[in-house]
Amino acid sequence: MLTKITRKKIDRELKKFPIDQKQSAIIAALQIIQTENGFLTDELIAFAADYLAMPKIAAMEVATFYNMFELKPAGKYKISVCTNISCALREADDIVCHLRKKLNIDFNEITKDSKFSLKESECMGACGGAPLMTINNHKMYEFLTPQKVDQILEELD
Amino acid sequence: MLINNPDNVTKDNDVFPICLRTSNLENSSSLQTYLSVGGYKQIQRILKEKISPEKLIEEIKISGLRGRGGAGFPTGIKWSFIPNDSAGIKYIVCNSDEGEPGTFKDREIIKKNPHQLIEGMTIAAYIMGAQVGYNYIHGEIWEEYESFEKALAEAKKANFLGKSICGLNFDFELYAFHGYGAYICGEETALIESIEGKKGQPRFKPPFPATYGIYGRPTNVNNTETYATIPWIMQNGGESFANIGVENSGGTKIFSVSGHIEKPGNYEIPMGMPFKTLLELSGGVWKGRKLKAVIPGGPSTPVLPAAEIMKATLDYDGLKNSGSSVGAGSLIVMDETTCMVTTLKRLSYFFYEESCGQCTPCREGTGWVYRVIKRIVDGNGKPEDIDLLLDVSKKISGRTICALGDAAAVPVLSFIKHFKDEFKYFIKNGKSMMDTNS
Repeated sequence: MLTKITRKKIDRELKKFPIDQKQSAIIAALQIIQTENGFLTDELIAFAADYLAMPKIAAMEVATFYNMFELKPAGKYKISVCTNISCALREADDIVCHLRKKLNIDFNEITKDSKFSLKESECMGACGGAPLMTINNHKMYEFLTPQKVDQILEELD
Repeated sequence: MLINNPDNVTKDNDVFPICLRTSNLENSSSLQTYLSVGGYKQIQRILKEKISPEKLIEEIKISGLRGRGGAGFPTGIKWSFIPNDSAGIKYIVCNSDEGEPGTFKDREIIKKNPHQLIEGMTIAAYIMGAQVGYNYIHGEIWEEYESFEKALAEAKKANFLGKSICGLNFDFELYAFHGYGAYICGEETALIESIEGKKGQPRFKPPFPATYGIYGRPTNVNNTETYATIPWIMQNGGESFANIGVENSGGTKIFSVSGHIEKPGNYEIPMGMPFKTLLELSGGVWKGRKLKAVIPGGPSTPVLPAAEIMKATLDYDGLKNSGSSVGAGSLIVMDETTCMVTTLKRLSYFFYEESCGQCTPCREGTGWVYRVIKRIVDGNGKPEDIDLLLDVSKKISGRTICALGDAAAVPVLSFIKHFKDEFKYFIKNGKSMMDTNS
């Protein structure tokens, strides 16, 4: 089931599109649902599809195409590190090694206490601040150093 | 004009902020700040004086403005493709889906000067007779998506968007739309599919978006920087803009400098500036090292060795004559310690990961290229691998619906062209030429 708050948020997105083009809101709807739930289940994707009056398979296609969606449980804090060229040139590898060691997990894994998961990301469009990472997709951290990463993680409860 | 780091702001005429003209002011993104530099005066004047779209298009043609997203198509000509008086809904789309590695200028515009983009899009809507617009923002720059929504609300409240803009006879609704992690959506027809709530797979052209875009309606798609330039051209005239740049490259352009550079960031500079000057402005190669190579416009433009780029000027003809292209103005700087083979491996992985899978040569070819480079880097390369890489890349190029396939071939062909010895060395010795450990 979609909560009342979720539906209200999706309704706000629906106002951006013609009344007969509800499907346009599917990326936003899945984003809203994932932000609340941490990841997307088949059931949640089906609810979103129903809500937007579109085929479930079309919603599933969207959920699997855009790589900020999670189809498996993620950590409470999903850390995505960009390793693309501008970040790589500015030693993103050191950040990745540091995170791997500190959290004792590899990419696409989740810590035993489910607090953190780690993901390799493609270009985030903020290369002037390289190396960089996001936490839970929406908060970006730039000019990373191993020390700065420690500080950021310490501040998360 | 620079931004991430206040040290980068210079007071001489090397930088020339047009799109980023509010960026040194306090609360640069606020409506109040934009109004203080003459913001929204152009749309008011155009609506009040009922200036004809033809006349405005003429001004843009005189300015020499070319699409800033990478293709460099003349904006004035593009805007004349959509007949202003055709009946029914038409759409204006801004492509802020900045995912080409090394590109981060649109983020700066949205963050620092969103109202100029809004005014530019509104003028574009007036010219093409569009009623609705979307700004498609790269999902990863979420804070900018949210701040743009705030700017939209501010503009709407002040009646610069919505019904009867400025109390005059023109309606235009503008919305923010976010992607969620797909490089391909920067391709305009993939972006349109995405707005329709689908996978971002490019459409076969023709029909072009100008006749068949969102929901099958005429749609104009331009880059963020292109729209954000329009209010300045309207204020100062096309000729003033053209005079800033050089022949065939009118005006200023934001160059994003990243990689091995002392002061990474965005620099809005007159077109035609020698690369050497921009390198100085951005503090030179980091750690006092020597320059090895630069990718001038993002990985879909050919890499240039130091000797070539140091002679180049930053404009359409200048970079073309050097054997590359302006692209999105994304300069990726590599110092003397850079291994070109491992760098190419990362770029090839990117294209493999981001191929939408629709066309076989791209879907299969990008994976093939990546696997061959990976085996070289893993120490298992074969002497014939260099020819194999060239052969596969050439067979992807020109055989796909969109330009991602061509783009994927560019780094392979250009890296091998300029740095073949490094590839040969890696294959022969099973390690990088840059690896100093014996």
